[in-house]
Parts: sequence; C-alpha cells; structure tokens
Amino acid sequence: MYAPQILIEAALNGLMTGAVYALIALGLTLVYGVLHIINFAHGALLTVAMFAVWGAFALFHVDPYLAMVVIVPLMFGLGYGLQRFVIGPASHGNDNNVLLVTLGLSIVLENGLLALFSSDTRALDSDAALQVIELGPLLLSTPRVIGFVAAIAVTGLLWLVLNRTDTGRAIRAVAREKLGARLVGIEVDHVYAVTFGLGCACLAVAACLLMPTYYVNPRSGAAFVLVAFTIVVLGGMGSIAGALVGGLVIGVVESFSGLLLGDSLGQIGIFLIFILVLLVRPTGLFGARA
Amino acid sequence: MSARDLLPAIVVLAVLAALPFLGLSGALLNFLVTTLIIALAGLGWNVLGGFGGQYSFGHAAFFGTGAYATAILQMKLGWNAWGALGAGIGLGALVGLAIGYLSFRAGLRGSYFALVTLAFAEVFRILANAADFTGGAAGLLLPLRPGLATLQFADRRFFVLLLVAFVGVALLASRWLERSRFGAHLIAVRENEEAARALGVDALAVKLRAIALSAAITAAAGGLYVQYFLYLDAGVAYGTWISVEALLAPIVGGIGTAFGPLVGAIALQGLGELTKHLAGGIPGIDLVVFGACLIAVIAFAPQGLLGLRPFRRRRKARDARAATVGA
Repeated sequence: MYAPQILIEAALNGLMTGAVYALIALGLTLVYGVLHIINFAHGALLTVAMFAVWGAFALFHVDPYLAMVVIVPLMFGLGYGLQRFVIGPASHGNDNNVLLVTLGLSIVLENGLLALFSSDTRALDSDAALQVIELGPLLLSTPRVIGFVAAIAVTGLLWLVLNRTDTGRAIRAVAREKLGARLVGIEVDHVYAVTFGLGCACLAVAACLLMPTYYVNPRSGAAFVLVAFTIVVLGGMGSIAGALVGGLVIGVVESFSGLLLGDSLGQIGIFLIFILVLLVRPTGLFGARA
Repeated sequence: MSARDLLPAIVVLAVLAALPFLGLSGALLNFLVTTLIIALAGLGWNVLGGFGGQYSFGHAAFFGTGAYATAILQMKLGWNAWGALGAGIGLGALVGLAIGYLSFRAGLRGSYFALVTLAFAEVFRILANAADFTGGAAGLLLPLRPGLATLQFADRRFFVLLLVAFVGVALLASRWLERSRFGAHLIAVRENEEAARALGVDALAVKLRAIALSAAITAAAGGLYVQYFLYLDAGVAYGTWISVEALLAPIVGGIGTAFGPLVGAIALQGLGELTKHLAGGIPGIDLVVFGACLIAVIAFAPQGLLGLRPFRRRRKARDARAATVGA
C-alpha cells in the first residue's frame, strides 16, 4: 500500500485540480441551465483563452494572473457575440441543431488555432510553476493553491451575481420560464448571450489559473471538455453547487486512479463514472427530477 | 421497392464503378477510396441519426470495432479476410446493440445520447491504446499479401469496385428504409416518440434495430479502411475524426435521405482537397472549412445539399405524383 503522506498529497492535488475543473464545468452548466443546450465548443473556447494568456505573456510579458483583467472581458464579449450572432440565429431554436452548430464552431476554432500556431506545445516561460508552499510535511505548488482559492472565489462570485443582481434575476427567470420572462419585458436573446458570455468568462479565469502550471496546444481544451461534461452530468445539469462538488470529486478520482492505474489508464475512471451516471441517474447528484 | 425506386441508385453506382477505369491518377484513386469509406460510415450514421433522429457523436466506437476485429482476427487467429470482415461487421452490430440497449433503456436522447456515445468511443480509444492485443500505442501493421482471399488488390481500381459494392448495399438499405414499414416506424419515433408508442410502435425495439444496422454499416467502413491502408492505431480507429466525418457527410448532403451521405462525402472531401491545394501545407485548414460548412448548412440549408432548390422541386413533384397515385 501507499504511505499516508502520498495518499494525502494525491487527495490535495486532486482537490486543487478539481477546483479548476469545477470552474470550467461551471460555464458549461450555466449555459445548459439557462439555454438548455450543450455547448460542444466549450473546450475549444478554453483553448482560445489559454492561447490568449500565452500570447499576452510571450508578447508583452504580462503576468497570467494580471492578464485576467483583459482576457475575462474579451472572452465575455466573444461568448456574447457567438451566441447572439452565430449559434442563436443558425440553430433556429432546435436543440439538435445547437449541438451541431457548436460542434462546427469547435472544429473551426480548434483547427483555426492549428493553422495559426501549428500543433507545437507551448508553456509560459516562467519559474512561478516551481514555487511551493510548505504545509507541515506536505509540499504544495503555489500556483495550484492560488488556482484553488481563486476558483472557489469565482464560483461564489457567480452565485452572488445570479442571486443578488437584476441581471442574475433575469437569467434565472429565463431559465425557469422563457415565455413568461419575455412577457414581462426581459430580452431573452440578450439574456441568452449574456449567459453564454458568462460561461466564456469562467473559461477565461480558468485559463489564467491553468497556464502557470500547464501548457497549451490546439488540442488542450479537448482534454478538459469530456472531464467538464462528466462533472456537469455528475453534479446535475444546470446546478452550480453540483458543478463545484462534481469538480472536486472528479479531481480526486482522477488523482487516485492515476496513482493506482498509471497515466494512460488513469482517465478511464472519469469516463466510466460519466457513463454510469448517465445510465443510472442522468439527473446527477443535485439535478432536479426530469 | 419498385424499379423506379432502384433506378437512381443503380445509375449512381454504375457511374462510381466506371470512374476508376477512366484512367484516374493514383492520387485521385486514393481520394475516391477515402471518400467512399467516409460515405459508407456516413450511410451508417444516417440510419440512426437521419432516419431515427438519434444523433450519435461516437460512431467511431463501431468504425474502430469493425477495423480492429478485421485486422486482429486475420493477424492473430489466421482468419480469412472475408470471414474477418464479416465478423467485424457482426461485432460492430453487437457493440451497437449493447450501447443502444444501455442508453435507450435509460431513456437517453438528444444531447444526452450524443454525450454517452462520445464517452463510449473515448473509453474504447483509451482501452485500445493500452491493451496488448491491439498493438497498443504502436498500432497494428497488416502484412501486405495481395489476393482475392486476403481482400487486398495490387490494382487499386478493384478495391474501388469492392467499396462501390458495399456502398451499394448500404444505399439499398437506406432506400428500403424510405419505403418499408420498419422505416416508417423509425421515422415515426424520430418525429414523436410518445405518439409513435401510443400507436403501438415498440420504440425501444425499433431504435435497437436501427442502431444495430447503423453500427454494422459503419463497422464495414472500418474493416474496409484497415484492408486498404493496412495500418491501424487507437487514434485512427476510435478517434473523434471518424465520428465527425460520419455525421458531417449526411448532414451536409441531406439528412435522412438515401443519397445524402454520398453527396455530402463527395462534396466535403472534394472541398477539403481543394482547400488544401489552394492553401498549401497549412495544417487543419480543410477542417476549418468543414466546420464552417456544418454551421452554414444548418443555418441556411437545414435539408442539406439535396434540399436545395433544384433538387427540392423535383422531389416535390415526385411526392405529389406519389400522393395522386396513392389517392
């Protein structure tokens, strides 16, 4: 068996990765909860944000955490525009069409990045990744601790936006009853686009938190997207608390199955959970009964 | 099916079969083979996705199973290539039944069905990449032994003929779906499952038969792929590329029509080659065009190329004729 210290470290590492997963899943679950669509381009949009963080660092030496100030609004704008002018009009209000349009978008984005940047893997050329925090006998990587704290904070912030602001109230109204919301004067198309923009803003934050310890190539986002789907399904489609809990659970599961099964088979634990939850309880842990 | 139903299919197949003997270059023959393999995979997807309305994002699970079974049965157990291909098709259908049984019984449809099929394909990809008997990450290399028994031809034109035969069978199966009772049940389930069930259609059984047929056709595409290219690894067999190609072809060509997948595959592959030719060696540029085509088709031509005006008018005329004959 493994020494307790290794197990504790694996659990903590899992929690820290899981918090960033949760942030990625948060965008997905928000879009699902309001628009009732699955955004297949979520992974590709994450890749776009990661390239933006890398570009800001490589060209202007902007610190990835500082870059958030610019990249989060930019990604919000991109998401707003995509939903308002591409996904919404192109899909004629049909759910299967949304699936296909966002699949098309992800193909365009992913391969557009491939054409621009080739398949080379790039990382930030900084030593921030090597800093550690000592916690008793444990060594924790500083950027990952920052990522954990920031991801939890953003989740809380999003919850506040949804529950304490007029925009949030409008979003929840549209999610609950589209026609009713339109009748009381809420601009549904605008709210849809704002929600999609918020989902992309979550991705921008996640990209800024990931990049100090991770790398980016045109396929990077694809590695996260199935994990994010798993979290969303596990937590219950549309549930914010579910995304957070699901993200932390999946982070720990991935960390332990990587420890027990090795890297190449490690991911299979996630997919098996995914299939099992879909088949046995598609509403997830926190989802309302369908 | 009447002779009138079969005539267009026979003409198209005859043209395809004649093409390789018009002195095409090696590159064009390769293009034809790839296009026909994708058309076949798309014909399979169209049975479940087009006629049945169940959008799978993981047809790679069937393509890869057909491909691996065809290769492994020959290499490890010394089977005859025809037998191995047949077994691959059967195994593909079984995998389809298993995935279909699990997900349809759980009531998954729409986005949920798309996601679960995608996840199954990914599980297969990871397993095939890690297992020993699939050659792991290094992949499988089928030995070159041209001959009729080994289904390998020194002359590529004969392989095109073989593919045309398979595409022909799949095309006839689709024509049959357009005309048969089973096809009508399947379309009824697509349009409104509850209403179909209320009329006495066994929706689960109909969907299971559809996914088995769909998986078998796509598995055949996989088996033929490995017979032609003689190489297979997990990324080729179970990768997302084939899941995407298999759904793009019917959607661009005309979803839920017999000829849609063939038209779509020819249009997309032709466009892809043209883009690569014009843009030089930029990687991924052809796929950017594919993705843009997908969005454009859904936005502006939801019935695909075959739904565009010149084709539509004729179909309307034919339907009107059929209606008067029926009345």
